[in-house]
Amino acid sequence: MNAREATRASYGAALVELGRQDPRVVVLDADLSKSTYTSLFAREFPHRHFNMGIAEQNMMGVAAGLASAGKIPFASTFAVFATGRCFDQLRVSICYPALNVKIGASHAGITVGEDGASHQAVEDLALMCALPNMTVVVPADGPETRQAVFAAAAQAGPWYLRLGRPPVPVVTPPGYRFQVGRGCVLREGSDVAIIACGVMVAEALAAAGELDREGIRAAVVNMSTIKPLDVDLLVRMARECRAVVTAEEHSVVGGLGAAVAAVLGEEYPVPLRRVGIQDRFGQSGKPEDLMAEYGLTAAEVARAARAVISRKRPR
Amino acid sequence: MHAHEPRVGEDELARVARRVRRHIVRMIAGAGSGHPGGSLSCADILVTLYFRVLRVDPRRPQWPDRDRFVLSKGHACPALYAVLAERGFFPLDELWTLRRLGSSLQGHPDMRKTPGVEASTGSLGQGLSVGLGMALAGRLDGAPWRVYVLLGDGEIQEGQVWEAAMAAAHYGVDNLTAILDWNGLQIDGPNDEVMTVRPVADKWRAFGWEVTEIDGHRFDEILEALRWARSVRGKPAIILARTVKGRGVSFMEGQVDWHGKAPSPAQAEQALAELEGEA
Repeated sequence: MNAREATRASYGAALVELGRQDPRVVVLDADLSKSTYTSLFAREFPHRHFNMGIAEQNMMGVAAGLASAGKIPFASTFAVFATGRCFDQLRVSICYPALNVKIGASHAGITVGEDGASHQAVEDLALMCALPNMTVVVPADGPETRQAVFAAAAQAGPWYLRLGRPPVPVVTPPGYRFQVGRGCVLREGSDVAIIACGVMVAEALAAAGELDREGIRAAVVNMSTIKPLDVDLLVRMARECRAVVTAEEHSVVGGLGAAVAAVLGEEYPVPLRRVGIQDRFGQSGKPEDLMAEYGLTAAEVARAARAVISRKRPR
Repeated sequence: MHAHEPRVGEDELARVARRVRRHIVRMIAGAGSGHPGGSLSCADILVTLYFRVLRVDPRRPQWPDRDRFVLSKGHACPALYAVLAERGFFPLDELWTLRRLGSSLQGHPDMRKTPGVEASTGSLGQGLSVGLGMALAGRLDGAPWRVYVLLGDGEIQEGQVWEAAMAAAHYGVDNLTAILDWNGLQIDGPNDEVMTVRPVADKWRAFGWEVTEIDGHRFDEILEALRWARSVRGKPAIILARTVKGRGVSFMEGQVDWHGKAPSPAQAEQALAELEGEA
């Protein structure tokens, strides 16, 4: 397995690289620059880094103003604060005028671990997907995070980048090129399609391996862009596999699974199961224990795959 | 400085302000909804800014070196629209489309729809942060332009205003000027009854700002205060402008009920007649 790296760490490193190439890039923080790894940017570009203190709403408004004057601000904090605390600022100051603000939201999901429910964003994708003009991306690993940062800077408009706390394995293939709005088939298969994002991509791949030993050929898609969703790929996978499982470290309300269910319900209905957090808050614990407690494991993905296969309609 | 800055005297400012007030009444009466009280209270401040102070070019609303004005109390946008139209950003005829489907003049400011509008506002408390971001960008670039933000007095009950106030002082921005439209009234009643904002000057000083207080309907005081604000170095400045809600229309002045209510056709007629006669 390749070296593990937290997506938040790749984010911080990518910003430094980006900052060297593009003087318009500025970074804002709300007293968490060591946790979001934007302290790396602050060290190299102290005049282009603004620590706004523990005041996230103001941070988002300041980011809007910087963007309106031609800068490319990356505003960073934990996902819970970036979305819930600042929702109205994201809505009115940033998304309504479609300003060029990039939100780097770290410590998303329950893999935050011991800090518990107050710090575990399990509904951030739901909030962000509901905002017109917002692009929502969940990189699965370090290399994809780096590319997503550059892609965000290259495209005008607000972006939400969902980043994680713990180190994660590399799941994207060598030479992979991130394209916003495009899912990537990591593993071909014809019996069931597993559509995953973030840390659940690795679990989906492990589940596919487990299913393979039972003779079930599972396709695995890294659906890193939640919005706009890759509808063409989704419909193709549903048509080819006739059964779909989604997997995300997020509530099944309003995230990847909900988006996939909505698209397939309209475009190509097939048996579907959503692996995710079942409308609950998180809690304290070790990340791996929490993943087991909330059913975010390869075994659960494989179980969901068998369930949808059993409900398949004959061709 | 540049070719497009009009140099008009106080008599002309008064004439423009009277036209702007008439536009406000007609726009809101025509739309059947809107916020006359707070639009009329800030009209003189906006006229002074756009006709004497702001370096803007109506033919190039996106001119990079323009001064920026953010109407944080977005519900007063009829005043801003009227001033922008008078200043030539768009034809006066567009004013009568306020709040209609497809209009460039939304019920609250939309920077993507209206030439000259610099920020989308309407949810109170957000404009000072946006203005601070602009000011920081201008400072990074060594740009000559300045940022002005108009706040409502009820609006400063929003916590985000004080987050922005703290940050502006922390970063020592002196290319940012805030103006408080201090008419003393908000939807549910006087500030002092709904949620006391006093002592206003002491609060801003405690947050690290330079503060001055003026009569927000006297052009000489507004001009002098804006000159003073430009001279402040190393910190942000705020002008506390004492105003009268509904200023210029006798039956609206100081009346909280005219915060967000359109005049009837008869009331509009009376208001327009009063504004015709005013000196």
